Amino acid sequence: MLRVVLRLSGEKVVECVPVMGYLHRGLEKIFEWRTYHQGIRYTDQSDYISNMLNEHAYAGATEAIGGIDVPRRAEYIRVMVDEMSRCASHLVWLGTYGLDIGATTPFFWCLRDREEILDMFEELCGSRMNFNYYRPGGVLYDLPEGWLGKLERFLDRYEAHIGEDYRRILEGNEIFLERTIGVGTIPADLAKRYGLTGPMLRASGVDFDLRRDRPYSIYPELKSLRPVVESAGDAYARYKVRVGEMYLAINIIRECIANMPGGSVRARLGHVWKCPKGEAYYTVESSKGEVGIYMISDGRSPNPYRAKMRGASFHNLQILPCLLRGRLVADVIAILGSIDIVLGEIDR
Amino acid sequence: MPEGPFGLDPAIWAVVRLVIALALLVVVVLNGALSQVYIERKVQAFIQNRYGPIHTGPWGLLQTVADAVKLLGKEDIRARLTDRWFFLSAPGIVFSPMLASWVVIPFAPGLVGADLNIGLLYLATLGSMTVLGIVIAGWASNNKYSLIGGLRSGGQLISYEVPQILSLVTVAMLVGSLSMVDIVDAQPGWQLTVFILPLAFLTYFIAGLAETNRNPFDLPEAESELVAGFLTEYSGMRYAVFFMAEYGEVSVVSAIVATLWFGGWHGPFVDTAGPLLGPVLGVLWFTLKTYAFVLVFMWIRATLPRFRIDQLMALCWKLLIPATLTNLLVTAVLLLAFPGSLLPVAIANWIMLGLFVLAIPLFQRRRLASLRARLRAAA
Repeated sequence: MLRVVLRLSGEKVVECVPVMGYLHRGLEKIFEWRTYHQGIRYTDQSDYISNMLNEHAYAGATEAIGGIDVPRRAEYIRVMVDEMSRCASHLVWLGTYGLDIGATTPFFWCLRDREEILDMFEELCGSRMNFNYYRPGGVLYDLPEGWLGKLERFLDRYEAHIGEDYRRILEGNEIFLERTIGVGTIPADLAKRYGLTGPMLRASGVDFDLRRDRPYSIYPELKSLRPVVESAGDAYARYKVRVGEMYLAINIIRECIANMPGGSVRARLGHVWKCPKGEAYYTVESSKGEVGIYMISDGRSPNPYRAKMRGASFHNLQILPCLLRGRLVADVIAILGSIDIVLGEIDR
Repeated sequence: MPEGPFGLDPAIWAVVRLVIALALLVVVVLNGALSQVYIERKVQAFIQNRYGPIHTGPWGLLQTVADAVKLLGKEDIRARLTDRWFFLSAPGIVFSPMLASWVVIPFAPGLVGADLNIGLLYLATLGSMTVLGIVIAGWASNNKYSLIGGLRSGGQLISYEVPQILSLVTVAMLVGSLSMVDIVDAQPGWQLTVFILPLAFLTYFIAGLAETNRNPFDLPEAESELVAGFLTEYSGMRYAVFFMAEYGEVSVVSAIVATLWFGGWHGPFVDTAGPLLGPVLGVLWFTLKTYAFVLVFMWIRATLPRFRIDQLMALCWKLLIPATLTNLLVTAVLLLAFPGSLLPVAIANWIMLGLFVLAIPLFQRRRLASLRARLRAAA
């Protein structure tokens, strides 16, 4: 529910004002009234397309304050579900971007694969949307029997679908190229000045990926982590980066499956665990960019004193008026779509 | 006793003819919209890994009927600030030219509403009347989305009229007549016009897509940009009339393509099956050919994204109009230079078709690649 007020001259955009706040639920205030364990469930509602990544940021911040060591197996599982979540998010983006530009079919094809990812999440944690899977110190459940084999088979199918279906119907089409190449171009310095992160930033030629440059979890150990960077900075470059990240995610998940260690999936915290006094900012490279939680614990109450959430979409959206000036109405949709916003994350 | 067609008395034949015409009208035009909605949903569902309608009636066949009944029963809403008479008449202005187009289209040997000697001109004129209704609908709705949609449609339809008519003219030159019946008669057996004028067929089909506001030219009702374009303020039966007109236009364009380039009602056994079965087979072949192109329309809709308005105009004025003009010139010269032989025209047209198709990878892709290279360099 984003309202974009446009002033037009014919079909040309003269002025653009995005109006937000229609989906504000006060998540940050809710965090203050929930314990550290309960709060995780609410991060799911921030960016509801890539939930696992938000949970990671929250759990990570808690662990950073509490000095909790996460078991190796839990870290591998975390990275794996993070990347699956990223795939699901990029699939939704790819499909809806097709819809934005006027192609209906990619949407249904993309949701078909996302559906399988959600099915696997359901098997893992019993839910398809609000997973509530992360815990301070690990994850809630171990992997079910045969789950990894299923995931491997899915990845093979999925990889084939990206190449044979999605890329062929979109970038194999003249009209799609016409609509995206040279549209909504963001130069590298402008991208930095606006504080863009994630695929938006990397599509403008800035090689910055939190997974590598501010490493967390087991990402530094992964050999397959090679951030995708494009230099052109237009909508097509952003498309390229996201498709590249879908392949990258497949490789990372495959590496995790190959090296999956055994052992426990949760650090023992005791029944009544109190977070010590302190504060921490923990960031995660989400599918949209930098998602971070700044958490303050007063050491007395069972709830965080304050938890501030940085939503990547919120910061990425700010560049919209700058991109739209002088473009045509049809470009408004093509550019807005290419930013990949989730309103839940903007309004929180 | 004077004998009319099928060995009937002319007086009786006149009545029979009226009944057949009305039956065809109901079956082809009005039912056509119903069945096309169903077919479209099923075709799209097939392409998109879905089922489409399955619950109402066997295989969901009654879904569109139920929808039509629902639309009939809806309240007729007119917003207070709309322009009353224009708002109310716009659906009719869009619908009636489509309906009138069927008059000159030959369904079978001897089965044509009126064999006008200006048949093609008549069709072209009626085709361009639709734009009037759409612009009126956009203006009278007093709504910004409707207005943009209506004006987009105006610009688009007037532009695409040019390549469309230029393509029709080549066929008229080849046959030497504007009458639809003569055009069908000129294509017995395998002598279809499409073998002689393939480029004209392609350009007409592309222009026809634009003329019917279908993907990838559905800018007037682009749902991601303009809510529903000029349809935004319409609901109930008026909306349904617009919808029927749109699907009717699709069948009209398909029928014109089938008649002009694919031999109309010509097909196996039409001439040998006797005076009564022959026309029936003719109608069958004609319907099959028409619906083949309707299916292509649907296939395109499920596959292609939408153009932007400037790209749409560039395609028309920079590619289609030069191509059709060249085609017209070359065809005219060759027809005058080699009277009695169509082979030179056919060869020239196939070569031009090849060039037209090659232009996409050679020029378009190159242009986009250089644009990307420039962007990369600037970054």
